[in-house]
Amino acid sequence: MTTSNSRRTFLKNSVLASGGMVIGVNWLTGCKNASSEAALTMPKEWFNFNAYLKIGENGVVTIFTPNPEFGQNVMTSMPMVVAEELDVDWRNVLVEMAPFDAVKYPPAIFGQFTGGSRGIMSKWEPLRNAGAAARHMLKEAAAQAWQVPASEITTSAGVLKHEKSGKSAGYGEMAAAAAKIPVPVKPTLKEIKDFKLISQSQKNVRGKEIVTGKPMFGVDYKVDGMLIAMIAQPPAFGMKLKTFDGSAAKAMPGIKDVFSIKTYNDGYEKGGFDVNAFPELVAIVGNSTWEVMQAKKALTIEWEPIAAYSETVNGWGGKQVVNVPAGLENSDDHAAKMAALAAKPGRVVRRNGDPEAAFKKAAKVIERSYSCPYLAHNCMEPMNFFADVKGDKVKVAGPLQIPGFIEPTLAARMGIPVENIEIEMTRMGGGFGRRSYSHYLVEAALISQKMNAPVKLMYTREDDMTNGVYRPAYHAVYRAALDENNNLLAFHVKAGGIPESPLHADRFPAGAIDNYLAEDWKIESNITIGAFRAPRSNFIAGAEQSFLDELAEAMGKDPIEFRLELLKRAKENPVGERNDYDAARYAGVLELVRDKSGWGKTPVAAGVSRGVAAYFCHASYAAHVLDLTMENGKPVVQKVTSAIDCGIVVNPDAAANMTEGAVTDGIGNALYGEMTFKAGAAEKANFDKYRMIRMSEAPKAIDVHFVKNEIAPTGMGEPPFPPIFGALANALYKATGKRVYRQPFLGEREVMG
Amino acid sequence: MANFTLNINGKQQTVDVDPATPMLWVLRDHLNLVGTKYGCGIAQCGACTIHLGDVAMRSCMLPVSQVGNQAVTTIEGLSENGDHPVQQAWLEHDVAQCGYCQSGQIMNAAALLKANPKPSDAEIEGAMNGNICRCATYVRIKAAIKTAAG
Ligand code: FES
Ligand code: FES
Repeated sequence: MTTSNSRRTFLKNSVLASGGMVIGVNWLTGCKNASSEAALTMPKEWFNFNAYLKIGENGVVTIFTPNPEFGQNVMTSMPMVVAEELDVDWRNVLVEMAPFDAVKYPPAIFGQFTGGSRGIMSKWEPLRNAGAAARHMLKEAAAQAWQVPASEITTSAGVLKHEKSGKSAGYGEMAAAAAKIPVPVKPTLKEIKDFKLISQSQKNVRGKEIVTGKPMFGVDYKVDGMLIAMIAQPPAFGMKLKTFDGSAAKAMPGIKDVFSIKTYNDGYEKGGFDVNAFPELVAIVGNSTWEVMQAKKALTIEWEPIAAYSETVNGWGGKQVVNVPAGLENSDDHAAKMAALAAKPGRVVRRNGDPEAAFKKAAKVIERSYSCPYLAHNCMEPMNFFADVKGDKVKVAGPLQIPGFIEPTLAARMGIPVENIEIEMTRMGGGFGRRSYSHYLVEAALISQKMNAPVKLMYTREDDMTNGVYRPAYHAVYRAALDENNNLLAFHVKAGGIPESPLHADRFPAGAIDNYLAEDWKIESNITIGAFRAPRSNFIAGAEQSFLDELAEAMGKDPIEFRLELLKRAKENPVGERNDYDAARYAGVLELVRDKSGWGKTPVAAGVSRGVAAYFCHASYAAHVLDLTMENGKPVVQKVTSAIDCGIVVNPDAAANMTEGAVTDGIGNALYGEMTFKAGAAEKANFDKYRMIRMSEAPKAIDVHFVKNEIAPTGMGEPPFPPIFGALANALYKATGKRVYRQPFLGEREVMG
Repeated sequence: MANFTLNINGKQQTVDVDPATPMLWVLRDHLNLVGTKYGCGIAQCGACTIHLGDVAMRSCMLPVSQVGNQAVTTIEGLSENGDHPVQQAWLEHDVAQCGYCQSGQIMNAAALLKANPKPSDAEIEGAMNGNICRCATYVRIKAAIKTAAG
């Protein structure tokens, strides 16, 4: 982390740099305002107010975004929150990405975390406080200068005013004095009804740079004398490096060196995000990407099987022993193993009432099984990182989601204190969870250290796709007991996966059914897995929402009415204590999507089939109605109507964009997404085999609606993703008369039914 | 290694590289034009799209030796001030999420509109299907193309 922080020096360097070398990512934005419309005159002097903002003598404000940007638009929305409380004109705001600094942006580890839809949710208060504190300081400074009570001073669009005396001043004029005022601990915040900027859509502050191809991503990072590195990794999970001969590669043009690296020291205790199947790699370093790519093909490497091992991982829930089996795994075996375990009793996670007795006396039992494959994240920008190691000082720059997790890993590996590490966070070409596991940063640093030169490590698409931290394969069995009048007596879910279960035992419909049983199980594996947009929810929501649809049909009820009845019960007379969700907010999105889609009212056009689904995760609620037609046996999604309750929406158009992306991404993964393994090897290594959704397969229209309320913001990037799987499955059933239980619904099978 | 004099964004530029080097890496590594992106290297994603004359090309599989003196346009040279109608439409619709695919999308869309100023939805889909957007901003990309078409 950088402990000393000289903003003025930094800015000076940045501005200088814009005339010449590419040294980073911030320089090019140094003189563009947040709304990307016009150039601002740079101030002669900056005055620091806190970690989030500084004000120039000419009234220009720079706001720092603490959390890394991967397309969720925090570069825009976080500064908006600060600017709101500061009460400044958005057109006078510059935006910069903050460097990683655990002291300035607490709490340690989580302070600058992009993941779990936590960004705005966790930063809401700190961002508001930062803006409000500065506004308070400006008012105090004006009060002292004008000899009037601070309480009589008002602010608006970067101007301080004292009505009675007719005095006024721009923020810039008071900035020098205000920066010396003691920082208030609990500054007064605006009333939500007084918000002027929040909930007014603002354009992406990096829009212009994006459409003109300016350098901003990790892959674009470049300094003088920088070398390019690539890695060769085992061809399969369950394999490791035995020996290698790099002499032929080293003799090739432009190649500097070939050597092996080891990401962890012996005996290192891993943290929860030190997920890495291939800790020993061969590194190839040279002058240019193409030369290194060619040399990589000339390596002679012998790999050998790993032995089974156990390791202690110090993760979220404290220390845990993880068993990693030996062997080369196959997807076919996985499916058989999952089916076998699903047929046995699992571990009981939640029980309400007497579900066993209820199932015994049921007139009818409905039982359905659902499954999904591994998924690769396939961020558009492959994994990469820049590193410059000079003695015991390390500078790294690149795309990562959680710098706080990798810093201790890097410090331990290099044997240096964290104070000697500087982490710059570049814009990420997607993340989706994958860049929470930034082993590639450590790899880059080790290569730079060995070469004694600045290095950019680049993964090829193939490296990226086959060295995954995949979404696990999951399986779920749902059962429902009905009496002779088709009343619901009991509900049972048993879910597991490789190597974790997707079960969320305390979510809906838990709390709404008297007799409820939830069980889980898991199977060990050496294939690495990790967070993927809405972990676990991204499967279990689709399974659950498909099952509820089938259940509603068996009970002769409308699928939305059926859910609302259950939610009414959960709200008025909840079953059990630990129900995660707010039944009223959950019902709210269903009602909104029902109204906006004209569900049950507007007759759907001829040939159109509709499905509905809803879900709660990351503290937010999302519901979708999906309309599709079938053309030549293929589904064509005509329209998706979405209703989201994520509390206050900071930047509505950007949140709508995120929802559209989540919906389309979900449809793609539901229809086509699949990674399979044979003898431990990922069977798809590039986009010729791994099918991604493309424009012609995307919905023709997506209509997004937000519930309006004054609840502090909750998650947004993930919640719209899980339920779309269910809405699609339910619409497919309406269209074809056949239920889909296994993802991907289409995959290589081009035609349904 | 061999010398190649290329006509890039209206400027003559000479590089000394292996003749098999794809234009993608010539642009990115040797000419510091990094707006053109690497996504797959096998002509499957469109992130590396440039123009050769008026035609959209995947630069990741285009050896520098095959370019000759054809005019090469990259995202950096699509317009002088970033105000090509496609770029403007992209801003109007605030298309980007992560933004990584967008220079390829824009280059492909610009070539499409040059060849077919008023494309139908099906024609847009047909032309743009080779460009993956992992963030799945397709609805906005299509809307922006229609806006740019006027
Ligand atoms: S990088 Fe050229 S098409 Fe993907
Ligand atoms: S905007 Fe992220 S890949 Fe297209």
